[in-house]
Parts: sequence; C-alpha cells; structure tokens
Amino acid sequence: MGIARDWRLRSQRYALVGEICDDCGRKIFPPRDVCPYCAEEAQTPFHFSGRGEIYSHTTIYNPPAGFEEFAPYTVALVKLEEGPLVTAQLTDVDPQEIAIGQPVEMVTRKIREEGPEGLIVYGYKFRPRLQAA
Amino acid sequence: MRDVSIIGIGQTPVGEHWNRSLRHLAYDAIAAAMQDAGIERADALYVGNMLSGEISGQSHLGPLIADFAGLRGIEAVKIEGACAGGAAAVRIGYLAVASGLQDIVICAGVEKMTDEVGSRLTSALAQAADADHETVHGISFVALNALLMRRYMYEYGVRHEDFAGFAINSHANAVGNPNAMFRRPITLEAFKRAGMVAAPINLLDSSPMADGAAAVILCPSEQAREFTDDAVRIAASAMATDSLSLHDRHDPLWLQAAQDSARRAYRQAGVGPADIDLFELHDAFTIMAALSLEATGFADRGRGWQLAANGDIRPDGRIPICTMGGLKARGHPVGATGVYQIVEAVQQLRGKAGDCQIPNVHLAMTQNIGGSGATIVTHILEGG
Repeated sequence: MGIARDWRLRSQRYALVGEICDDCGRKIFPPRDVCPYCAEEAQTPFHFSGRGEIYSHTTIYNPPAGFEEFAPYTVALVKLEEGPLVTAQLTDVDPQEIAIGQPVEMVTRKIREEGPEGLIVYGYKFRPRLQAA
Repeated sequence: MRDVSIIGIGQTPVGEHWNRSLRHLAYDAIAAAMQDAGIERADALYVGNMLSGEISGQSHLGPLIADFAGLRGIEAVKIEGACAGGAAAVRIGYLAVASGLQDIVICAGVEKMTDEVGSRLTSALAQAADADHETVHGISFVALNALLMRRYMYEYGVRHEDFAGFAINSHANAVGNPNAMFRRPITLEAFKRAGMVAAPINLLDSSPMADGAAAVILCPSEQAREFTDDAVRIAASAMATDSLSLHDRHDPLWLQAAQDSARRAYRQAGVGPADIDLFELHDAFTIMAALSLEATGFADRGRGWQLAANGDIRPDGRIPICTMGGLKARGHPVGATGVYQIVEAVQQLRGKAGDCQIPNVHLAMTQNIGGSGATIVTHILEGG
C-alpha cells in the first residue's frame, strides 16, 4: 500500500467526511466524484454524525494477510443515520452480544500495521452507542 | 452480427494439481478443446483468470499461454473479472466472432490456487472487493457473503439449515462427474454440524479453492458443421455490472447485475425462465445460489431457498441446477469456473454428460458471478 495512499483518504477515514449531492440531496459515503444515484458531479463535503445501527455482522477467524494478530474480529455493515451503508470493524464489544439493529457509533482506532516500515493505519470502527448517564 | 456456436470443449479435473503449473493446466484444457473441435489453429485466445499475478507472480497471460499451447503469434489477452473472468472471456470471444472480425476463437479459463495457502490466499481473493473501503477493514470474501446471508436470514425469517439443499444437491450431482473435486454425497446432518467459517457460513455452505482449467472453441454457426455434428449455439450472451462494494448497492439483497444480465439474455434468446431446462449457477456460497435464482426469475424475492428445500433444483426437479456438482462440489478455480459452467452445459446439451445427464435438455443457462455481485455474466446455450 503506502503512506500517500492512506494519507489522501484521511478525511473520510478519520472524520467520516463524505458528500452531499448538490443535485439530488442524497448523502454519500465513501465520497466519490460522481453521485451514484443521479450521476451528477460536484458534491459538497458532508460530515456524517457517526451514528448508525448494525445492518449485518460476522466474525472473521481466517483473516487476510496483515490481520492475523487481530483475529478473531468482527466486521459489520453499519447503516448510518444519514442513509449510507458502511463496511467497518466493530470494537469494544463481545461478539455474542451483537445483534442486527443495535445502535452503534463511530470511533477512531488502529486498523493495521503495514509493511516492514510498520506504518500504522488508523480509521473508523464502530462500537455500541454509549448511553448518556 | 453473426450467430456463434461452440464446436469444442476441454477441461482438466478440478482439484489440487501439485505437478501441473498455471501454463500446463491451461494447455491441457486448450489442447483437449482443440482436439474435440478438430482444429489446429485459431485466430485468437482469450484467457479468463483472476489470481495469476498474486499467486504465481505472473501477469501477461495472453502470450504466455498462446505460446505454450503452440499458438505463438495469435491475438491473445487475459480477461479479468474476479470470479467471473471465465465467462467474461467467453463473452469477449463471442463478441469477436459475432462481429465478423474473427472466425475461430479459443476461450479458456485457468486458475492455479494451491501454490498459496492461508492468509495470503485469503488476501488474494479479497482483491475482488474494494481495497480502500472493504478490504482495508480486514474483510475476507467469505465475510462479505456472511454479511449477506445473515441479513437474508433476518429479513426473510430463514434458518441456516434451509440452505442445506443447495450443498446436498451439488454434492449428489458431483458423484457422476469424473472432473469434480468432491465426488461424494453429504447429508443434512453433516451440513448442520460442519465447522463454522464466518457465521452464519459454515464449511458446507462454501465452495472449495482449487486448481483447474477449461476451454471452449467458438466459430460462426454457419461454419460449425464443417467441424462437428455436435455444435451448441450460443443463443444469448450478456454481461452486467453493479457497484464493486456491497455497501454501495442500492439493495444489498438483490443481485441487480444478475437480473440485468439475465433479462438481456432472455430477450436475446427470445425465451423466459420457464423455457430453461437446466441452470449452471454460481453457488460459491449457498446464499449466492438463492440470490441468483431470485434475480433470474426462478423464484420470488426472499424465496430462492425454497427451491432447495422443496427439491425443485434436483436433476428431476423443475429447474435442475449445478448438474455436474456446481462450484460447491465440482470445485471453484475462480477465474476458470465460468468456462467450466459452459463446458458442462455443452456436455448436457450434447447428451454426453454421462451419469450426470439430464433428460431432454434443449436450453441451458449459465451464470458466473464476480465479487459479491459486481460482475455477472449470463449465457443461454441451445442444443442442436
């Protein structure tokens, strides 16, 4: 992979910045150059709240290369409040207690270390939404 | 546009070929297909393959395999569409012959998977997904299918064992196919207690990784009689795409590219689902079989699993599927699978499928799926 590759995705990875389509008004994540709904260009950056709920989930015991040290870990499709689905790991949760529909929120975590340089890739994961005291 | 027919087929057994490399496997299938068609040369070679760069450190398969097969100098190129690369290569060959620009075309699919194992093979397969937005999070290919299957079970109130019929049917059918990897039946009990891979997907929901190669020879239908009395006409050929990532689908539980490519194929052939005598579908995981049946019009949304539960998919059922073992039991050498499906449909239409023969087959459909549904290629073949 490489440093530049992760660096140029920093605003979406660290802050869940996507886009809102100026034409159809839909919110888009991850960001693109062309709206997948109306095919118009020119979107405006949109900061997602990070709140959503679990659409589906599974736990990985046979990880791809680079993720061995984290296994087993749980991945999910999270339905964001603003509409889009996002693929991410779940964190701070017992896999036995995860359920479809469960409210979750985005947190920033270490995703992996890459290559002999040990570049640490940070990005979004989701955890069960904390209840107000 | 010219009508196009298949005049020769070839395949290696699917399995662990420790003594044969990528190029040897491709040659074995191509040589068998050329012999079957009675040809010694061709105008072009299209090679379906996914993983040669990752696993064999080998790109640039077109000239490598053309030269190795004794065809040095012809037009040759690799066609890549993840697990749909095989049928995509046939699609490109079809376009070449139908256009009138080429007469004799070889479409081959080859995959050498067993030279890599474990996490590196898992990584290689995950390249079918979005690197920046799916695989970066450690997603594996099984996991993407598991996300689909869990949501499907949740939305439609389906139990895991309701999918068992897909795996049981494929294994039962593979018993009669000498080229299949797993030629033994499995029971419902075995399905229910199989080891978990990524819940809810267990080992017997999943097709095995394998080595293999298959090839078909295409020519204009008007010339087919010069080569064989057994020609099979390509009544329809269609490819469609969807978003690469699962999370970008407008409806994750609907294979839009399966519906789009099947509709185009039905329209081209002038037929509908009720006219299809057998369907070689892409049962990489049992959930994919259910989704494929729904999107192609054989079952209503959320009901694809019922065709497995009620026996409709068996050889004596309404719409036999995976008649020679499917991906589940014939094996899934990813970039070759789409060509195997077409080779098997030709065997059936020729009436030469041996113990796997389905009686009275006139129209056969094949559907090859790349990624979690991003590239889908559908063919309809018509017997003579």
